[in-house]
Amino acid sequence: MDTLESALLAALGVVALVTAVLVFTCDSMARVTFALLASLCCVGGVVAVLGLPYLGVVTVLMMVMEMVVMAVFMIAYMMNPAGLMPMSMLHNKRGSLAVSGAVFATLVAAVFLTPWPAQVGEPPPDTTFQVGKALMGEQMLTMVVLGFVLLATMVGATVLATRRGRYDRFGDDLDLRPARDPVRGGVGR
Amino acid sequence: MVEAAGWWSLLVAPALLLAGAVLAVAGDALLAARDAGRPRSAVAAARPLLEVPRLLAAQPRRMPAPDRLLWRLGVVTVPVSAVLSVLVIPFGHRTVADLSVGVVWFNAMEVFTWAGLWLAGWGPNAVFSLVGGYRFVAQGLAYELPLMFALITAATGAESLRVGDIVAAQQGLWFAVWMPVAFVVYLAGVSALCFLGPFGYPVGRDIASGVLGETTGADRLLLRAGRWLWLVSGAAMAVPLFLGGGAGPWLPAWAWSSLKTLLVLAVLVWVLRRLPVLRADRYVEFAWVVLIPLAIVQALVPALVVLNR
Repeated sequence: MDTLESALLAALGVVALVTAVLVFTCDSMARVTFALLASLCCVGGVVAVLGLPYLGVVTVLMMVMEMVVMAVFMIAYMMNPAGLMPMSMLHNKRGSLAVSGAVFATLVAAVFLTPWPAQVGEPPPDTTFQVGKALMGEQMLTMVVLGFVLLATMVGATVLATRRGRYDRFGDDLDLRPARDPVRGGVGR
Repeated sequence: MVEAAGWWSLLVAPALLLAGAVLAVAGDALLAARDAGRPRSAVAAARPLLEVPRLLAAQPRRMPAPDRLLWRLGVVTVPVSAVLSVLVIPFGHRTVADLSVGVVWFNAMEVFTWAGLWLAGWGPNAVFSLVGGYRFVAQGLAYELPLMFALITAATGAESLRVGDIVAAQQGLWFAVWMPVAFVVYLAGVSALCFLGPFGYPVGRDIASGVLGETTGADRLLLRAGRWLWLVSGAAMAVPLFLGGGAGPWLPAWAWSSLKTLLVLAVLVWVLRRLPVLRADRYVEFAWVVLIPLAIVQALVPALVVLNR
């Protein structure tokens, strides 16, 4: 790794940490969310600089989408009026300080105490291919099962969250056509 | 075949993108003049460009308790992400950065527009502006998922995420020919990201221009330029993804690239003017019930072809 990459890595790491601190010091839900997004984008950059461009760029892509959706929900669900008022991200200050301090100390200790393996051979030229092979080769079963679990969770959550079911739409005997929908029209109606 | 050009391409690519946007705006103004029965002259074409000095000189509007930082950030994000997306689009045989994950880069820049538009709606601390921002986010997944599948389809056909490889894979047959659904879905997705014409719901008249409502001066200019820059960028990316890039007889590669880009752009500008504004719930339902299944089935086609190769 040359000097430029090391400098980039260090800069991304520092910005990631600074924005992560901002997550807990900002007093607006929108700013907090986008500070977290900035931090996670830097993490994506770190991954890309470390030689995994696909994982890095996909991290940025997914995090942007996730944080935008999260901003909507966090603002909607804040306990003060709709997250529009100044607020604090800190709750149970002493307890959380102790827990987070302990976790941070453990992780830092683990970084220095773990006997990291030495590099064997050259890194492959196209790491994207390696990632794909690892996920879709040996771990195919895991990925397929995970995919179904995620899909089932999404469908289940949507079904639980919707007020109206098929009996509301199609009547008690499910024979009402066209369906009784609050908004007229749409696909196939 | 496609290779990275020198540092000068960093200046040329945004300039070309801007030139494309100016052409698109002028073409749109000509179509508007025709629809209104006004003479189709050079003055009519240049009229929207007069907005540029006017907006630059306009007095900024002050809102009570805006979130200035996020507002600016959102406004700047839209055009900046459009410019960054162009880095991976080859122009002829040259590209600014021949990334091994070019398609994913393009997609990542697109979703930044999502965040930018929501921020631009949130920043001014005004109701209609925020409603506009929420409208875009609410439709975001419906826009983005079919588009992602369309991008994946082209990448699958070429067995690579590198845009240059996708161009090379179309030597015999353009992807638009045997992946027509992905091509159409892609075009719909990129025009939706520009919130122009039928996708202008976030800046709709019913909410007093929504996201654009409270912006004035340079902010307004950046947001409005951003949507046209995205339209050009989307049209330019359609060429390497589906139309064989710079391949073509007689003319040099860069000429074919620009010809095809301008053609796609002209079609997009014309179609966007022809269609009425789509109501969000209608389009969301159409995207989830029709477009996504179609796009998945379309993605299956190159997957099977590649497996049997």
